[in-house]
Amino acid sequence: MNWLDTIVQGILLGGLYALFAAGLSLVFGIMRLVNLAHGDLIVLAAFLLLVLVSALGLNPFVAALVALPVMYAIGWGLQFLVLNRTIGDDILPPLLVTFGLSVVIQNALLQGFSADSRRVPVGALESASLQIGPISVGTMPLFTFLSAVGVIVGLNLIFYRTGLGRAFRATSDDRATAGLMGIRADRIFATATGLAMVVVTIAALFLGTRANFDPTMGPARLIYAFEAVIIGGLGSFWGTLAGGVIIGVAQTLGAAINPEWQILAGHLAFLLVLLVRPRGLFPRALD
Amino acid sequence: MALLETQGLTAFYGDFQALFGVDITLDAGETVAIIGANGAGKSTLMRSMSGMIANAAGQVRFEEREIGALPAPDVMALGIAMVPEGRKLFPSLSVEENLLIGRYGRATAGAWSLQTVYDLFPVLKERRNSPGTALSGGQQQMVAIGRALMSNPKVLLCDEISLGLAPVIIRDIYAAFPKIRAEGASIVIVEQDIGQALKVADRLYCMMEGRVTLSGTPASVGRDEIHAAYFGAHTA
Repeated sequence: MNWLDTIVQGILLGGLYALFAAGLSLVFGIMRLVNLAHGDLIVLAAFLLLVLVSALGLNPFVAALVALPVMYAIGWGLQFLVLNRTIGDDILPPLLVTFGLSVVIQNALLQGFSADSRRVPVGALESASLQIGPISVGTMPLFTFLSAVGVIVGLNLIFYRTGLGRAFRATSDDRATAGLMGIRADRIFATATGLAMVVVTIAALFLGTRANFDPTMGPARLIYAFEAVIIGGLGSFWGTLAGGVIIGVAQTLGAAINPEWQILAGHLAFLLVLLVRPRGLFPRALD
Repeated sequence: MALLETQGLTAFYGDFQALFGVDITLDAGETVAIIGANGAGKSTLMRSMSGMIANAAGQVRFEEREIGALPAPDVMALGIAMVPEGRKLFPSLSVEENLLIGRYGRATAGAWSLQTVYDLFPVLKERRNSPGTALSGGQQQMVAIGRALMSNPKVLLCDEISLGLAPVIIRDIYAAFPKIRAEGASIVIVEQDIGQALKVADRLYCMMEGRVTLSGTPASVGRDEIHAAYFGAHTA
């Protein structure tokens, strides 16, 4: 067994988990909303890509470009029309509503697409790989990881270098005072969820092209996303990437020892980090 | 014609009535002080005028437009900026970001910009990259005032800006008001520090238990009258 190879594969897998988690981290960071339908929204986006690829014959990457504004609009509308009504001092309503949404999305996808597992074909890229020294790196896993880094850099730039990012942080700090600055919190929240759905679409591209997916696999993606966010520390995007990588490496190491240990090893790594650093590795100072 | 006025303004917190038919006016270029003891309804009046509390539409008018029912972002976009009680800086934002966010909903060009706010309060330029909440109370108040000025408002509402600050700091902050007035903003100041308020105000209103009990110019109202209106005591 080549440990170095295993760790590299784990890091690349961590990129996928970071993509799952980044949207969740964004939404939680701004409005303290835990979206239990996040994993199902990833699967929904994967089916949207599948439809665009199979019905219109688009290249998956072009299909993703088409799906991005559609998913942004879905996220914006979902937040503005539904989830904003659940946000308040009580944390239970958003949990109940997003849990219900998760059930609705899963069943709608089962109705529309059956329980069969699907895959978005990417042709020759599926098996393409690069040889770096002794390690063989799959081209798509490498794309996945680089996309995750790109998404994290992009979110950080938006958050800390733009007027929209200032409005995100100000609204997160104090919604009433943000209103005095002319910030409409309901629209800021809708924009944040729209942005999270853009990240979800990128995650769906790599989920759907990497392996088979079916309508019921969303909740497990949600768990990985949660663990990555919490390992990284709430509100830190780089922490979310680190969290994804830790879960990815733990899973591939676990699988290398015994294939049955893959999922368990990821969860154990999560519990271990919680034991040592209950607030995550890079908690935001003010939370 | 009044720039900003309330007519028969009432306000409630649940069943509790905080304002009982308050009439005040602010003319263009004027500075009006609203004084009164704790619980007199001063802050409720400010929150009503800034849109933080929704009222009946016609009870607050700005440039002859009914704004009583508008939410805070809409009121702010019309040109009414508020310096809230307790300063309320955004902890996640640096000093400069706190100033910049002040023009999010109204990026009107005018006398006030980052540069002119830094000219008004030079210490803020030195601390521009610090978190807003790392500053002293007086400096935080300067950020809060600067933040409100950044939108080049027509009306500046200042709620209890001297609260919790040392007298020497309060003097420094009030020293900025002539300059703010000179650039054209009309100002409403809510204060418990009567002496400071009367120094900068053209007119004053005194409130007690949700009603205006006295109004006039600082020169026309006597110390005893203010005392009576403030505390409800009857003078001989």
